[in-house]
Amino acid sequence: MTDVRLDRRRLMAVGGCALASGMAGLVLPVRAAGLAPTPSMAGGSNNYRPGAPIVERIGGGGFWMTGTVRRAGDGAPLAGQRIQIWAHTTEGYESDQRSHGATLTDANGVFRLEMPQIVPAFGQPHGHLAYDGGPYRTVFLRPVMPSSKDKSLEAHFVLEPV
Amino acid sequence: MSALDRSAATPARVWLIWVALVVALAVPIAAAAASPLLAWRGPVYIAAGFAGIAALALQLVQPLLAGGHLPGLSAYRGRRLHRWVGALLVLAVVIHVAGLWITSPPDVVDALLFRSPTPFSNWGVIAMAAVFAVALLALLRRRLRIGPRLWRIVHMTLALVIVLGSIVHAVLIEGTMETMSKVALCALVFVATAKVVADLKGRAKRSASP
Repeated sequence: MTDVRLDRRRLMAVGGCALASGMAGLVLPVRAAGLAPTPSMAGGSNNYRPGAPIVERIGGGGFWMTGTVRRAGDGAPLAGQRIQIWAHTTEGYESDQRSHGATLTDANGVFRLEMPQIVPAFGQPHGHLAYDGGPYRTVFLRPVMPSSKDKSLEAHFVLEPV
Repeated sequence: MSALDRSAATPARVWLIWVALVVALAVPIAAAAASPLLAWRGPVYIAAGFAGIAALALQLVQPLLAGGHLPGLSAYRGRRLHRWVGALLVLAVVIHVAGLWITSPPDVVDALLFRSPTPFSNWGVIAMAAVFAVALLALLRRRLRIGPRLWRIVHMTLALVIVLGSIVHAVLIEGTMETMSKVALCALVFVATAKVVADLKGRAKRSASP
């Protein structure tokens, strides 16, 4: 008897999920007309220090943080946007001032900042990036490296006007 | 352990079991001590990591003591030691969390509030809560007049939560522990716990049936 009840519950759960995802499928194409803004990631703002200076590179370099910044809706590249970057690296903790730096996007909305090698900290090799205000809404990202041996990491922003 | 078992344990076998236990505990700790990640961590973060490793290692000792599988210890001494190792486990967990908190407060706050981006954090926090619950119940057992049957059920359930939570927590982490020795230690902890829980359940069933 317990088995039957469990099966039924599971059936309803699966059915509910299928229904929900089906509905989402119906709703999604409407929004796909415009590029959706990137939501902030959980833990993205941890050890954030506002106002990191624009630098040529962070510390001794050797690792590349790259990415793009685009506008929500039409996906137009955004030039001159300030992106702040920090991580636990071979040269310091996330909370250390010397681990923080910022860069600007070029005419194609691309940014590239050299920094020290990111090393696993708090269980994952990861970096932090922030777009923190101005004409667009603030976004914090926390990308994880597929392998801690990687020499670069990418993160992409789609920003929504305030 | 019964008197019969003890007389069967020859000195060579006693030695072998203790040496095996020491090796099982020492190898993962030594492997972690050789981790290249230590070069980029300060003393507090390093201490926090090793407290976590110690907490996992102690979870191999606990079921062996509870089940009377360590030769040369009387049942009485085994139980007393089980309590002391339990206290040590609480201390290790406190040092682990406090050290991580000092190293990066927002990451630990996220973990404790179950909103961390890393799934292993939740497992660690669940295991931590179960460790504190077990310790609290052990301290209050007499005052609350918890009978042996209820004690066994609650204590073993929480022990399983601690062990499973800690294993998932440890396996999902990319940290100072070397992968092979980490997985091996986790497997030993699991097997030892499962064996002792199954034995105690069997014993409880036998004593319950006329």
